[in-house]
Amino acid sequence: MVLTPQDVSRIAHLARLELQPAESAALLPQLNGFFKIVEQMSAVDTSGIEPLYTPLSTVQEVHLRLREDRVTETNQRELNQRSAPAVEDGLFLVPKVIE
Amino acid sequence: MSKALHELGVAELGRALAAKTVSSHELTQHLLARVTSHEGLGAFLHVDAEAALAAAKTADARRANGDSGALIGVPLAHKDIFVTKDMPTTAGSKILAGYQSPFDATVLAKLFAAGTVSLGKLNCDEFAMGSANENSAFKPVANPWDAARVPGGSSGGSAAAVAARLVPGATGTDTGGSIRQPASFTGITGIKPTYGVCSRYGMIAFASSLDQAGPMARSAEDCALLLSAMSGFDERDATSIEQPPQDFHAQMLLAREGASAAQPLKGLRIGLPREFFPAALAADVNSAVRAGLAELEKLGATLVDVSLPRTELAIPVYYIIAPAEASSNLSRFDGVKFGHRAAKYDDLLDMYKKSRAEGFGPEVKRRIMIGSYVLSHGYYDAYYLQAQKLRRMIADDFQRAFTQCDLIAGPVAPTVAWQAGQEDDPVKSYLADIFTLPGSLAGLPGMSVPVGFGEGGMPVGLQLLGNYFKEGQLLHAAHALQQATDWHQQAPAGY
Repeated sequence: MVLTPQDVSRIAHLARLELQPAESAALLPQLNGFFKIVEQMSAVDTSGIEPLYTPLSTVQEVHLRLREDRVTETNQRELNQRSAPAVEDGLFLVPKVIE
Repeated sequence: MSKALHELGVAELGRALAAKTVSSHELTQHLLARVTSHEGLGAFLHVDAEAALAAAKTADARRANGDSGALIGVPLAHKDIFVTKDMPTTAGSKILAGYQSPFDATVLAKLFAAGTVSLGKLNCDEFAMGSANENSAFKPVANPWDAARVPGGSSGGSAAAVAARLVPGATGTDTGGSIRQPASFTGITGIKPTYGVCSRYGMIAFASSLDQAGPMARSAEDCALLLSAMSGFDERDATSIEQPPQDFHAQMLLAREGASAAQPLKGLRIGLPREFFPAALAADVNSAVRAGLAELEKLGATLVDVSLPRTELAIPVYYIIAPAEASSNLSRFDGVKFGHRAAKYDDLLDMYKKSRAEGFGPEVKRRIMIGSYVLSHGYYDAYYLQAQKLRRMIADDFQRAFTQCDLIAGPVAPTVAWQAGQEDDPVKSYLADIFTLPGSLAGLPGMSVPVGFGEGGMPVGLQLLGNYFKEGQLLHAAHALQQATDWHQQAPAGY
């Protein structure tokens, strides 16, 4: 499989990255070089193998822990918003989405 | 005291502070002065002398009141991937320039509660993506053993600061080798515990199923003390392991059954995967690693041949899984809630794209691209799912090997630290991670322990891997080795 410049711009859109033409041009051979080393993966027969999403499930059953449904955090809106680029009246500001 | 303050390790400093032969304030001042005079290393991204000295005074007051914790008053510094309430956190990225977290990472909160003093935040590869610390958006880090060489990565600032005796210990994180490889490149000791032993809460996420925090210091004993304080169950991390607090220092000291003073490792079987000693392994690394193994044998350990047949496959498997998880984790950096926002944009989508394009560096973009692609419709099964299946096969290979041995040993990296600025092919640098990736994928605990020097007088680390939750066994073996040898005590010239 070889990626094309169109693939690169489609992936960049999915990834929400605006790439400059020079960046895209540099990325194309790098990504293709990378996927060349990935090819050896497809040669391995993995039928019947369970994917390992979390490492400890190699040796034990892993259950996702659920917590009790109660309020544990205090309100610290100002602290939480202090690093936001644009805030007004305690709200995050973004460009107009709905006309 | 015959040694200068900066030459003392964590355990020694704890004893000196307890004996009141030195105060934390005096010690902190001494180290802050070193941090300033060695600024050129690039190890620190942020230093807060005032806060450090205040914390040192608090620690001294605790000691004066009879508090006797081993770490009270010990100065440390922290990889800038751990968020801090009172200091900026950047993860080595421009996208987080100026970011100040509303809370402290659990690992740091635990270390602060244990009385340690924080000198500041340490440089690292952007979002912990890199093996040379050349991907920091702010500045590269030099290797104290040779300023023209890289310190390794991604915890390169941590490694350089410890090796240069700016701090006795530091925190690091290891996703695919980011504690072990820089420890190896700078001649220090580092341990990545079993996945889930240290909380990931407040550790800026790179690849959530792989990321683990751990200490980097100048001996196994120092690492044991720090790991005991850093680790433990945290309900804020869904993958944190529910187990009582552990005393890794006591586990490290625990004598093996049938062992003697001369043969503390008697009965310990150390497996050498033949795939970890390929023909392409650099001769200098091979001979240093063999010298370390010979010492372990002298201490009573037996070396056995084992096989990890899918070692080479670990590279593509890791470089599919880690970028996939990264592309998902890094979607939170969108210029809305924190961090950089582009100055000019047309609409919301354009704002996302421009903010992210301006904020992320080339390696991060590359991995986001790989991750977005392998998770996209039509490719998920062929790449991500296949990688996760192979990940299980790799983890099962370890379990088979551990039926023949207690620990696994080999090199940390195929070469010593390379020259800065020489690697421009990202895929080639991925290949150099071959020996650390398998253990990361399996979530096993691993260490790097200094075992001598190679080309150009550069340090070489021995990698020790244990089975799940066998940190105590790893630390015990490393400690025994360090009681019998002095490789870990060597300091780079000028530091």
